[in-house]
Amino acid sequence: MNTLMKSKPLNQNPIQPKQEHKKTVIEVNRLNLWYGEDQALKDIHMNIPENKATAIIGPSGCGKSTFIKTLNRMVELIPTVKITGNIFYREKNILDPKYRVEELRTRVGMVFQKPNPFPKSIYENVAYGPKIHGIKKKKILDEIVEKSLRDAAIWNEVKDRLHENAYGLSGGQQQRLCIARCLAIEPDVILMDEPTSALDPISTLKVEELVKKLKENYSIIIVTHNMQQAARISDQTAFFLNGELVEMDHTSKVFSNPRDKRTEDYITGRFG
Amino acid sequence: MKKHLSVSELIQQNKQKSRAFASIREKTIPFILFICAVISVFTTLGIIFTLLFETFTFFNRVPFIEFITSKEWLPFFESDPSYGILPLLSGTLVVAVIAMVAAIPLGLTAAIYLSEYASERTKRTLKPILEVLAGIPTIVYGFFALTFVTPLLQKFIPDLSFFNALSPGIVVGIMIIPMVASLSEDAMNAVPNSIREGALGLGATRFEVAFKIVLPAALSGIIASFVLAISRAIGETMIVTIAGGATPTLGFDVTSSIQTMTAYIVQVSLGDAAYGSTIYYSIYAVGITLFVFTLIMNLLAQYISKKFREAY
Repeated sequence: MNTLMKSKPLNQNPIQPKQEHKKTVIEVNRLNLWYGEDQALKDIHMNIPENKATAIIGPSGCGKSTFIKTLNRMVELIPTVKITGNIFYREKNILDPKYRVEELRTRVGMVFQKPNPFPKSIYENVAYGPKIHGIKKKKILDEIVEKSLRDAAIWNEVKDRLHENAYGLSGGQQQRLCIARCLAIEPDVILMDEPTSALDPISTLKVEELVKKLKENYSIIIVTHNMQQAARISDQTAFFLNGELVEMDHTSKVFSNPRDKRTEDYITGRFG
Repeated sequence: MKKHLSVSELIQQNKQKSRAFASIREKTIPFILFICAVISVFTTLGIIFTLLFETFTFFNRVPFIEFITSKEWLPFFESDPSYGILPLLSGTLVVAVIAMVAAIPLGLTAAIYLSEYASERTKRTLKPILEVLAGIPTIVYGFFALTFVTPLLQKFIPDLSFFNALSPGIVVGIMIIPMVASLSEDAMNAVPNSIREGALGLGATRFEVAFKIVLPAALSGIIASFVLAISRAIGETMIVTIAGGATPTLGFDVTSSIQTMTAYIVQVSLGDAAYGSTIYYSIYAVGITLFVFTLIMNLLAQYISKKFREAY
């Protein structure tokens, strides 16, 4: 509630949904981002609720991937990037240079567009995160690996081949392994950047089921090209266009009764 | 005038004009290319054949067992010459080991820096400079070893003789740094960025990404670069001829004069060994030993990089 009170005055943007009874996990405030001279994000305000799935939709190049990569500061890997504004994660400004980016990324995990397992065994892939954060005991690691793989709904498929190379798995299995790898360090928020765009329909369905289950315990932000997917799995939907946040509301509302003409044009397939 | 028709008509006309020439060209060019490719293969075969042929003559005069077991290489003794390859082999290996001890840490750290830490701009400046090292003629390295490195080392090691294994070993190492660095960097660069991002996304530091993800993933390429560098160090001639001396000694004393296989071949080639003498034939036997070693190294490098390549 406290966060909400504080964010109210900044909330001049009329398109923000009312978020009564919900805690905000990430609060984005006047976020602008440039790649060199090109402005990719324009004055974004957004409150991301806890333990919900927030979908981000919009046509290619609208800034949706840039936006979620900003939430764990992965976007800074691009040397020409310039950011202004504030992003509060649990009330701390993560864009503050003093905020340790490694600390942020252990709390805000990420699943990428293309499955990117490490060229190691399935076990090592999941154990890597806990290991770099100082967990060394084999017994504990074994437990973490099993729990993470179970939570990512892939344990039954891989339990007999934990020590085989992860590249022997199918694309869909690799992506669920990457989700397990992300869960292994027990993040608070999970960012998903078009996690199913490289997968076949059945694997996509499995990942979607997984997202629905995971949002009980995690706050999920998922970028997707696929509007049906957004409608199926998310509680909130944000529509981005040309670097601007056009509209954000409950998913059912965005899809049935959008406030903005541009949103309506997009979801009815008139462009994009 | 229908414009869209004229283009296809023009193509049709040109085709008919040039068809005769085109069909000859399409048939002869692959043949000429094939001949060029075959020439290099035959050259290699010719060299191997010559080596084998002359080596065969050598082993008719000197028993093979003596060649590989005798601990002395004294071909210039008129009364009782001795042809044991071991002293030349130990000279070669000592230099190669010193070279690798110098080159691996420096080359690998340079590669890690270039691949994982350097900005695009730094990399564009540093890599060509590093590769200049590979372009310096080895004779220049040779007198660099003799006139600069040896006197410098003598300040720290007073017992170091003027010709020794240490100084050329270090300089051969410097010479192969670009090879180690460049090939290792290529191997690390081949690791897709998505894998680095995966690790960074878990809160890994750049150091953890470099040493726990990229290095193991690129290990096969890195080891292959080491093996190729060893092969290069074994075959290196000028530096060891100039700064290593001409005293074949079995053992691993790095401070005194040695002789490597390559340096021996130079010595005999420059000297007045009569055609047909045993000394003359001995350089072929030494040459083929050298060839076998570098061949094994190169095959090993290929095997390692294929067998242990990580699929990504």
